[in-house]
Amino acid sequence: MFYCKVDYRVLLSFSDWLNKWKDRLYLNFVASGRYKYLVRGLWMTLRITFFAVLLGIALGVVAAIIRSTHDKIIEEIRPGFGKFLLRFFNLIVKLYLTIIRGTPVVVQLMIMYYVIFASSTNAMMVAILAFGINSGAYVAEIIRSGIMSIDAGQFEAGRSLGFNYIQTMIYIIIPQAIKNILPALANEFIVLIKETSISGYVGIMELTRGGDVIRSRTFDAFPPLLAVAIIYLIIVVFFTKLVSMLERRMRNSER
Amino acid sequence: MSAEIKTGEVLISVKDLAKHYKNKAGEIHALDGITTDIKKGEVLVIIGPSGSGKSTFLRSLNLLERPTGGTITFEGQDVMSPKNDINKLRQKMGMVFQHFNLFPHLTIMDNMTLAPKKLLKMSQEEAEKKALQLLERVGLQDRADTYPSQLSGGQKQRIAIVRALCMSPDVLLFDEPTSALDPEMVGEVLDVMKDLAKTGMTMAVVTHEMGFAKEVASRVIFMDAGKIVEEGTPEEIFDNPQNERLKTFLAKVL
Ligand SMILES: Nc1ncnc2c1ncn2[C@@H]1O[C@H](COP(=O)(O)OP(=O)(O)O)[C@@H](O)[C@H]1O
Ligand SMILES: [Mg+2]
Repeated sequence: MFYCKVDYRVLLSFSDWLNKWKDRLYLNFVASGRYKYLVRGLWMTLRITFFAVLLGIALGVVAAIIRSTHDKIIEEIRPGFGKFLLRFFNLIVKLYLTIIRGTPVVVQLMIMYYVIFASSTNAMMVAILAFGINSGAYVAEIIRSGIMSIDAGQFEAGRSLGFNYIQTMIYIIIPQAIKNILPALANEFIVLIKETSISGYVGIMELTRGGDVIRSRTFDAFPPLLAVAIIYLIIVVFFTKLVSMLERRMRNSER
Repeated sequence: MSAEIKTGEVLISVKDLAKHYKNKAGEIHALDGITTDIKKGEVLVIIGPSGSGKSTFLRSLNLLERPTGGTITFEGQDVMSPKNDINKLRQKMGMVFQHFNLFPHLTIMDNMTLAPKKLLKMSQEEAEKKALQLLERVGLQDRADTYPSQLSGGQKQRIAIVRALCMSPDVLLFDEPTSALDPEMVGEVLDVMKDLAKTGMTMAVVTHEMGFAKEVASRVIFMDAGKIVEEGTPEEIFDNPQNERLKTFLAKVL
């Protein structure tokens, strides 16, 4: 008897709680089709991230090539316009890396949006540019450290056979460095997905902002924020798994 | 060009070669005025204590190290002149490293054929045929399709030697080719080098293998503190050393 009573009370409060949550979830996600804020926000987040990563890789490759070419062969080029050009570009790249890595990405985003592209109405484009340029600085370091991780003897062996700098890179260094670079690049994608959550600062309706809009309509913060967090978590866990699979395959192909 | 140079004639001429490193304490004279000629068909062995500049000297010859003074002439061409394509010159100067430096992402065959195919524009068949002949010469023809990590140190170094030979170089530079090997593998590498010397290959060898120097060298150079302190035939250097530093050195290594 006694046992039954407690059980009943617990059950009652549990179903109470369940009902309350049903209402909250309904209010936050179903009513007025509010879930669409999350779906559209996620779609925006993925688009910004995807294109920013592409831009980041393009910029990063160029920056890494300039930096490591400069460091490796500046001494062996004879004075002239080419040498001046390499020095000049190297300086630009160094400046780029220092500024981007020395300032918060949210500040970079706001400067892009409110200052440099103040006249632009395409906020998504501006965000892609801002995150791409930001990511490029980190990708450059990923590639550079991937290249640096290859033993100097490999480079010397290539050069001693008569390959020039670029041939040595293409035939000998890059194929080996790619094993370190690819997983790190995939990681950069994961970092960027989370980083784009600040796009709301310039009024972009991405995932985080979508959750925030729901909160402002329903005055109920927890469900939308929890949903946003869970969606990020699922994406990140998924891609992390993918990266570690990639890493394992790379390691296995290494004989 | 190389055809004009006959055995016994000067292949590489080195004059007043210097390499200075600047650091906080001042300047290090890794090379302090080296002058010598390497003749075609000669086996030059370079000995000396650690830090005496042997590697720097050898690596200067193909400009892996950039000298700060002096001249190097290879087959009549100024190696340091920007007018001469150093990459072309390096094709004719093979190099064998202490740590082999085989390309781990390529099979033995690809290690050997990469440069001939890309640089000499050899066809696949031609390059492979040549590589196989060389592999047979060092008894590793059955390893063509394996990867470097599947080989022992001695096998790796034998491959490194034939990889250099695939470019048909006019001279081979060896920087302590047996120093990273387990003792039982030193012999197989030295045997390959001895065979090579018999074929008339011009070689410059930095080594601590005094037995090899005595047996194979046409000339021995003793370096200390960036200078050539003594040079001569193996008999002169080993049986009748003049310089005190050379005597001290030999007492330690023999
Ligand atoms: N990158 C460098 N910077 C400064 N000093 C160097 C560098 N490379 C070599 N040296 C110095 O040059 C000298 C000669 O070195 P090395 O040619 O390697 O000698 P060895 O091969 O005879 O042992 C040594 O004193 C060494 O410390
Ligand atoms: Mg050395």
